[in-house]
Amino acid sequence: MAGETINIKLKIWRQAGQGKPGKFESYEVNDVSVDMSFLEMLDVLNENELKKGNDPVHFDHDCREGICGMCSLYINGKPHGPKHGITTCQLHMRTFKNGETIVVEPWRASAFPVLKDLMVDRTAFERIQQAGGYVTISTGGVPDANEIAIPKTVADEAMDAAQCIGCGACVAACKNASAMLFTAAKVSQLAVLPQGKAERKRRALAMLEQHDSEGFGACTNTGACEAVCPKEISITHIARLNREFTRAAFSGSETDYTN
Amino acid sequence: MSLESKIPAGPLAEKWEKHKFNVKLVNPANKRKFTIVVVGTGLAGASAAATLAELGYNVEAFCFQDSPRRAHSIAAQGGINAAKNYQNDGDSVFRLFYDTIKGGDYRSREANVHRLAEVSTEIIDQCVAQGVPFARDYGGLLDNRSFGGAQVSRTFYARGQTGQQLLLGAYSALSKMINTGKVKMHLRKEMLDVVTVDGAAKGIVTRDLVTGKIESHAGHATLLCTGGYGNVFFLSTNAMASNGSAAWRAYKKGAKFANPCFTQIHPTCIPVHGDYQSKLTLMSESLRNDGRVWVPKDKKNQKITAANAVKLPEEERDYYLERRYPSFGNLVPRDVASRNAKMVCDEGRGVGVTGLAVFLDFADAIKRDGKATIAAKYGNLFDMYKQITDDDPYEVPMMIYPAVHYTMGGLWVDYNLSTNVPGLYALGEANFSDHGANRLGASALMQGLADGYFVIPYTIGDYIATLPLGKAVDKSHPAFAEAEKAAQGRIDKLLSIKGNQTPDDLHKKLGHIMWEYCGMSRNKEGLEKARGLIQELRVEFNRDLKLIGSNEELNMTLEKALRLEDFLELGELMVIDAHNRSESCGGHFREESQTEEGEALRKDDEFNYVAAWGYAGEGKDPELTKEVLEFENVKLTQRSYK
Ligand SMILES: Cc1cc2nc3c(=O)[nH]c(=O)nc-3n(C[C@H](O)[C@H](O)[C@H](O)COP(=O)(O)OP(=O)(O)OC[C@H]3O[C@@H](n4cnc5c(N)ncnc54)[C@H](O)[C@@H]3O)c2cc1C
Ligand code: SF4
Ligand code: FES
Repeated sequence: MAGETINIKLKIWRQAGQGKPGKFESYEVNDVSVDMSFLEMLDVLNENELKKGNDPVHFDHDCREGICGMCSLYINGKPHGPKHGITTCQLHMRTFKNGETIVVEPWRASAFPVLKDLMVDRTAFERIQQAGGYVTISTGGVPDANEIAIPKTVADEAMDAAQCIGCGACVAACKNASAMLFTAAKVSQLAVLPQGKAERKRRALAMLEQHDSEGFGACTNTGACEAVCPKEISITHIARLNREFTRAAFSGSETDYTN
Repeated sequence: MSLESKIPAGPLAEKWEKHKFNVKLVNPANKRKFTIVVVGTGLAGASAAATLAELGYNVEAFCFQDSPRRAHSIAAQGGINAAKNYQNDGDSVFRLFYDTIKGGDYRSREANVHRLAEVSTEIIDQCVAQGVPFARDYGGLLDNRSFGGAQVSRTFYARGQTGQQLLLGAYSALSKMINTGKVKMHLRKEMLDVVTVDGAAKGIVTRDLVTGKIESHAGHATLLCTGGYGNVFFLSTNAMASNGSAAWRAYKKGAKFANPCFTQIHPTCIPVHGDYQSKLTLMSESLRNDGRVWVPKDKKNQKITAANAVKLPEEERDYYLERRYPSFGNLVPRDVASRNAKMVCDEGRGVGVTGLAVFLDFADAIKRDGKATIAAKYGNLFDMYKQITDDDPYEVPMMIYPAVHYTMGGLWVDYNLSTNVPGLYALGEANFSDHGANRLGASALMQGLADGYFVIPYTIGDYIATLPLGKAVDKSHPAFAEAEKAAQGRIDKLLSIKGNQTPDDLHKKLGHIMWEYCGMSRNKEGLEKARGLIQELRVEFNRDLKLIGSNEELNMTLEKALRLEDFLELGELMVIDAHNRSESCGGHFREESQTEEGEALRKDDEFNYVAAWGYAGEGKDPELTKEVLEFENVKLTQRSYK
């Protein structure tokens, strides 16, 4: 209800820098409006801490609308917190009870080293993307946009996959720290569209190879990633990636399969 | 000093084609001998960096996020305009040009806007080729919608995530070029200064946000693609770290800042709900297609809740937009809708706990079309609204209030997108170029990509071709060391203040001043007062800023303080510009300049110019240069939505 406030306790992972030791610290924040977002609550905590002369809790964020993928946070043991289909920045304090203790940790995966407190380094995702997450064309000289009709269902399927915001929650949730959902989303988007078909073999192989070399684990189909993905990317995309990989690995040319 | 816009001669529709032929070319084999620094990798920067690298230039690109994919462009929802006329409803390059010029209230250049409309069609082709999954109809062709009151359907979209999909397209092109080694991408690095040598831009100084390291990067040309400065107001729909620093630092190195007071205030945002509020969320403009805007007629119902509003009888409601603008009704342009919302709230008829909100009601639309139809159109927006406010728009009216959204002002650029500092360019929201005094919906994405994919790759050659071949920019030039030292000095100074107010405390104060006196409605006395208040606030900042920690670590409080220091100066320039322009146009409403009916009154005799401000030194008033606008193809009319 509007106007209502709660008091909460926080246990937050503090770590001064990469490779430095870290530990949980306890905090209390009182009179938290239930209409606040979770990150606004952390802002309030940080303003209080700063005024006391303490270093604020560092966390990544930018759009605060659930679209840039910058925010992270493992909240009470779940990436992006207890609610389904949203990011941390879209979580509101009305989700929590008065007096509740909330545990906040960074994403934990060896491929995502902690930079400070709750901020991690996700540049491994950049390198997976660079390995093949594109259509190799240059600016200009492309056909008219309506030259190829793409069935609505195919376009919608590509869009479902393209919604991934690259947040890394899938990795954080996975006991193998696998980034297969992230990788599959990009491979899948481009594999279903006619524009991406010409190099689908190369793309699948290159992105998977990069995925493995970054130290992400293998996928054992537990589905934990799908359950926490704020954009509800489906694990059927991983199945498609596996098919892409198998075909690519056992076929000679780019074009000898048509689907 | 006069400013040369370099608009090519000849008929409007032929200018760009002719110019492309006339600009100097750089031999393909020579391009690799030149390095271009690209600051910012949102739509404008990513598209520019990728394309320049494809052409053969070496590119050093920068962003302050941990990935180019997270630039503020990602948040754009509505769509992107293009004059494809796929719907056969009478659209054309000329119509898009005309709508954009008129929408901008005749304060932009004809030639630039026409070029924008021309290349708009190529943007869509390019994005589709990259695999951007635009919405399609059942026949498999691209779908369009009408947006922001436009008379034709020319807006392309990808669910409610158009900016995201366009940015991911540009990011994919950029990633491809990073992989080839032609682009070196610098993440989490923030530009602190532009370096000039003999008056020309030769690179930048950055701070590594993880280690605090200050370092120089040299280039034959530098492109600033750093977005808008709406966050000068503290609260806006922009992302938290969006800032004006790059443009501001360029200004202090000699680049002119054009029309800084032109800000767009978007009418449909979720109202402020408390002091802790960190940003404002935009609710798509499309909601006004079916929602009806109202407040109670009687002041005694001020601050009525949404739940009680449902019970308020029809005759006690004032559908003020429908009443005042019978022909456009709820679909009046953004500036008109915003101003009217402020007016009714100022009269004491605002709703919700703060009294600073109006209703956007879907009850009639649901009655007329059924809940399912409304859900199909707006379901995701209704869910988002509920997520944030805990109110259900299917049951009670939404509450909305205007919020700062976009800045039309920016660095002054000529037709080549070059600032008046040789070798320094500005693209995307960071320049002032195409939207005049008011931007139409779905045209910022278009402009960012036009600048990056299709304009700069041609126009930069004109400058690069004049440079001596094979001469690398020398980072050991003392100008680089000086700029690094100055940046370090600024940081040391801020860290040594050791006062009591956090950057957010001070930024909120600045935001209040800007919103109160340089927001939706402005007047001479208010602007004069604001200037004094901002100057006082700067003194307060320099005396009482509280920071913690050192430069040599991840220090988000320091980052905020550096951005705020620039906002505190930029805010004053906005106020000076608003004071100078004593006419009303577009998003800039001067109370002294209105018709008897209270509508905006433009003064073309006096103000038909771009106000380009130049830095004159610490403590000195900025210098105004006027670039007079010439209209040969459109007739200037007063906008009317009655
Ligand atoms: C909520 C919202 C919805 C919108 N919806 C639409 C819409 O539907 N249609 C439309 O046309 N427009 C829309 N807009 C406007 C549009 O999104 C922006 O104007 C546009 O995306 C700006 O793109 P840009 O490339 O110029 O800048 P940005 O995307 O803002 O990119 C700025 C880049 O600069 C970098 N940067 C900034 N400063 C520095 C520095 N000092 N050092 C290093 N790097 C720096 C950032 O890291 C980033 O990479 C919307 C805007 C908002 C806020
Ligand atoms: S697949 Fe989902 S959880 Fe993983 S990065 Fe993408 S959006 Fe985040
Ligand atoms: S801050 Fe952008 S998704 Fe959360």
